[in-house]
Amino acid sequence: MGWVRGYFRSPPAVIGLVLLLLVVAMAASAGWLFPRDPLALAGRPLVWPLDNPRFWLGTDNSGRDIAAQIFHGARISLLIGLVATVIAVLIGIVIGAVAGYYGGAVDTILMRVTEAFQTLPNFLLLLVLVVVFGSNITTVTIAIGVVSWPAPARLTRAEFLSLRNREFVQAGRTLGLPDFKLIFGEILPNALPPVIVYASVVMAVAILLESALAFLRLSDPNVASWGNLIGLGRDVLRVQWYVSAIPGVAILVTVLAVSLVGQGLNDALNPRLKGR
Amino acid sequence: MRILSLAGRRLAASIPTLLLILIGVFLLLQFAPGDTVDAMMAQMGGGDAATARQLREFYGLDLSVPAQLGQYLWRLVRLDLGFSAIYGKPVATVIAERLPATILLMTASLSFAFFAGLVLGVVAARGVNRWPDTIISTLGLVFYATPSFWFGLMAIVVFSIYLQWLPAGGLEDITQVQTGIWRTLDIARHLVLPTLTLGLIFLAIYLRIMRASMLEVLNLDFVRTARAKGLDETRVVVRHVLRNALLPMVTLIGLQAGTMLGGSVVVESVFSLPGLGRLAYESVVQRDLNTLLGIVFVSALLVIAVNFLVDLLYARLDPRITPGG
Amino acid sequence: MTAPVLALDRLGVRLPPGADRSHALQDVSLAIAAGEILCVVGESGSGKSMTANAVMRLLPVGVAIDGGQVRFDGRDLASLPEAEMRRVRGAGIAMIFQEPMTALNPLRTIGDQIGEMFGIHTGLGRAAVHERVQALLEEVRIPDPVRAARAYPHELSGGQRQRAMIAMALALDPKVLIADEPTTALDVTTQAQILALIRDLQRRKGTAVLFITHDFGVVAEIADRVAVMQHGRVVEEGPAAEVLERPRHPYTRQLIAAVPPLKAPPPRPLSDEPILAIAHLSKTYRTGGFLGRGARVTHAVRDVSLVLPRGGTLGIVGESGSGKSTLARCIVRLVDPDQGSVRLEGTDLATLPRAAMRGQTRHIQMVFQDPFGSLNPRRRAGELVAQGPIVHGMPRAQAMARARELFALVGLDPASADRYPHEFSGGQRQRIGLARALALEPRVLVADEPVSALDVSVQAQVLALLADLRLRLGLSIVFITHDLRVAAQICDLVAVMKDGEVVEHGPAGAVFERPRHAYTKALLESIPGREFGGLAQAPA
Repeated sequence: MGWVRGYFRSPPAVIGLVLLLLVVAMAASAGWLFPRDPLALAGRPLVWPLDNPRFWLGTDNSGRDIAAQIFHGARISLLIGLVATVIAVLIGIVIGAVAGYYGGAVDTILMRVTEAFQTLPNFLLLLVLVVVFGSNITTVTIAIGVVSWPAPARLTRAEFLSLRNREFVQAGRTLGLPDFKLIFGEILPNALPPVIVYASVVMAVAILLESALAFLRLSDPNVASWGNLIGLGRDVLRVQWYVSAIPGVAILVTVLAVSLVGQGLNDALNPRLKGR
Repeated sequence: MRILSLAGRRLAASIPTLLLILIGVFLLLQFAPGDTVDAMMAQMGGGDAATARQLREFYGLDLSVPAQLGQYLWRLVRLDLGFSAIYGKPVATVIAERLPATILLMTASLSFAFFAGLVLGVVAARGVNRWPDTIISTLGLVFYATPSFWFGLMAIVVFSIYLQWLPAGGLEDITQVQTGIWRTLDIARHLVLPTLTLGLIFLAIYLRIMRASMLEVLNLDFVRTARAKGLDETRVVVRHVLRNALLPMVTLIGLQAGTMLGGSVVVESVFSLPGLGRLAYESVVQRDLNTLLGIVFVSALLVIAVNFLVDLLYARLDPRITPGG
Repeated sequence: MTAPVLALDRLGVRLPPGADRSHALQDVSLAIAAGEILCVVGESGSGKSMTANAVMRLLPVGVAIDGGQVRFDGRDLASLPEAEMRRVRGAGIAMIFQEPMTALNPLRTIGDQIGEMFGIHTGLGRAAVHERVQALLEEVRIPDPVRAARAYPHELSGGQRQRAMIAMALALDPKVLIADEPTTALDVTTQAQILALIRDLQRRKGTAVLFITHDFGVVAEIADRVAVMQHGRVVEEGPAAEVLERPRHPYTRQLIAAVPPLKAPPPRPLSDEPILAIAHLSKTYRTGGFLGRGARVTHAVRDVSLVLPRGGTLGIVGESGSGKSTLARCIVRLVDPDQGSVRLEGTDLATLPRAAMRGQTRHIQMVFQDPFGSLNPRRRAGELVAQGPIVHGMPRAQAMARARELFALVGLDPASADRYPHEFSGGQRQRIGLARALALEPRVLVADEPVSALDVSVQAQVLALLADLRLRLGLSIVFITHDLRVAAQICDLVAVMKDGEVVEHGPAGAVFERPRHAYTKALLESIPGREFGGLAQAPA
């Protein structure tokens, strides 16, 4: 497990991991530190941070505790980010693997579909999906996953294309291995590391997409989402800019943490490319 | 000739892609709760079932789905995008009014992100693992993690509310009539913050790719040849590395065109710019499906057009590209 | 010997901390006089390329000269300021590299890249530069020099690209030319032409040449003097004839003994019964094209008919692009042939359905070229060997036990079966590949360049193992190689391929001693140091 040591030798990777653990801790402790509904009225509206020890991050326009929304929002961001990423990466791996392994007409058709998804701006497709299927947290998560699969699919396909003709795969074929064993036993384990690393990018984008959707008030209004809060703060931006500022920092830190961990994994798994 | 035939072939290949998108989105919108007539009836403040039926007949909404799809595609061939019940105008007109602002914003953001990313990437790669590289790479990571709409809001707080240097929104100052150079300058002033906001994440991506690409090319054999010829490092970079390192950057423009258009939805909403992105948002909120479908069509065309230009540029930069491969 | 142009004096090159050894070079002393070719020869990791890079001061990051001198033109290059060193590069000492495709900038024309030499070191005007570039391209005998100057690297052949590199290196009449394995990536006939060109230009211009190579044939062909390197030190140095014929150092002796002679050993008795019969086999590739227009058609294999007798070894030799590798892949059905038959003891493999072919794989197995690419890096060595029997129904425990037996058979420690491929050396990996193929107890083994990626001493060991196993297991082998020396040693029958066709085939002795086809003759004549090899031949 040399790569674990390699990971911890890189300061940015360690910082990223610490930040990510912090966000995870926030999400885990939300129910215990802020047992009340974070969207319920808590006190006077627009209390500045540090003014009232009960609301150390202040309250928003309708008197809801910002700190509670930040902690509960961590749950939503991580949950949506994680589930959407799993959906996108799974779809991407299956489509990329099939296209890259079989090539020919199958590849052409699948790549046309992938191209179609990439030609259509993904945020626009997300809007269409929200219009059609509504905007509760489940549909939003699935929709984000569905618009995010083309990049991992292309990456998996590229890996499969280059691995498909490698001699160890040909050797497997001359031994009489059936296709599914070649795909899942021989090629996929070798194609997976870059895809796993890329999953961090997918997750970062998924979190950003959800927050943008929530900011436009097109996400689930019944959950505490950081993007929602920023959108709310927009109405009082002139004076109480902190209502928007605080959740933005939370998003920034979370996405930064995910990216740093991803990059750290990349460097640790491919030591040759370190520093790229 | 080589370049033209290459680009022509790519353009032809994008027709099935476009069709796939249109059919897919059209069918998807069939699942949407409520149709154009419902939206119109809501707009009119209600109406009886007979009127609704008449309207549906008028818009061909009583036909089967395949027939409607066929009709829709046939209208598209004639560049007829349908009628927006909400705006009371043909969709094509609505979109045409909004398109210039978006194209302006995209061009400005892309240029900013591309050139700033290029310069920063080169500087970072030249001092790899030393302090300029560390600072630039860290900044890149932070920019990448910044939600664009939040950055836009904070920029408004700092530059428009506190410093009062730049306007907080709109495409131009509508309180006074300006012409010529003054109008251009006014629009440019209004576009500074939106351009930075939209371009930020792309700047981060471009600088990262440029840095990686530079480091990769610097390790190639022909760079060693160039050094063995007696070239100094600056000339090695300018004459041999730069153009090779630019190739992945150019590819990225095409890949990111769609993402950038998607990003403009949010940025145009933040800065109240009358563009295509904001129109998309409005038509979602108002359930104006005809307009939404029109925007999907135009956006796809726009992305295809950008990719066409990128192909031309790439083929000019790289003599190895041939129409056959 | 006249005064040396370039002299290395106890040169040392330090590796960064954490490398497998402290120094890439230690106490390297060499001298080259004008008009002389000094070959530096050694296996991979001997430090021969590092020597070339150290002279040019083009060392990788973290690697630095830490002792000794490089005397050139009355100065010590090792301590010269960078700006002055740049004036030496290209003008005083020029360099050519192994892979002319990657050594040239793909986005700039050949003429532009050669002309850049004048731009850096002279004040010549555009027209004058253009004229000189044309003259240089003519001097290196590139076909159609006007067109070549306007061409991009990918539009030229490998040999033409290397000629262009030579033209570029000789542009300013440097006193020293460093050639780092300049013919290794080329086919044997092209190699002969490039070697002749280098020697011819060097004689005419009196250039001193530092020629780095791993190939003793090339040394015998071109060297005036030879330096043999091992582990970053020069172990032996002297006039070419002396070192090649009376090597003093045991390492030199070992290396020279490992070079197979170009003479076939006395023929072995062959069975009359064919085990594998290939008849009228063809494979055509179509690339590019749109709706059937403008497609490029490549006849990779064209109407090939060959017979492999039971227990025999059939060599298939040819240059790159001759179709020999495609033929091998058609035989084992990695590639589906368009026409013809491949009969293995009567069963036609070429037309077998996929599932039935999977069953037949136990009778015909393949050994691959690349010792690094042919083993799945994520499986343990033992697992790799056991994989075949398991697929064909052997219980796992039994297959693993069998794998350990095979490890012993191919000369590996059975205890190392738990290790991953990257923990083995190149030669050991090739043994694993062999064990994997033998695990299914095949009747026919198809070996695709199995020793081409190995150093010469390792190559000799693997060849000896193959010869031994062939005898013990009664294997019939199809042996694909580009190296005629190797073919002469191991093959009973030889087929020569060119452009997808077999131009000549017959017993190895006959083909090598009395070639009938003009191409076979040209191929044999192109082999560097033809007469060399086999003097201190160890019995195989």
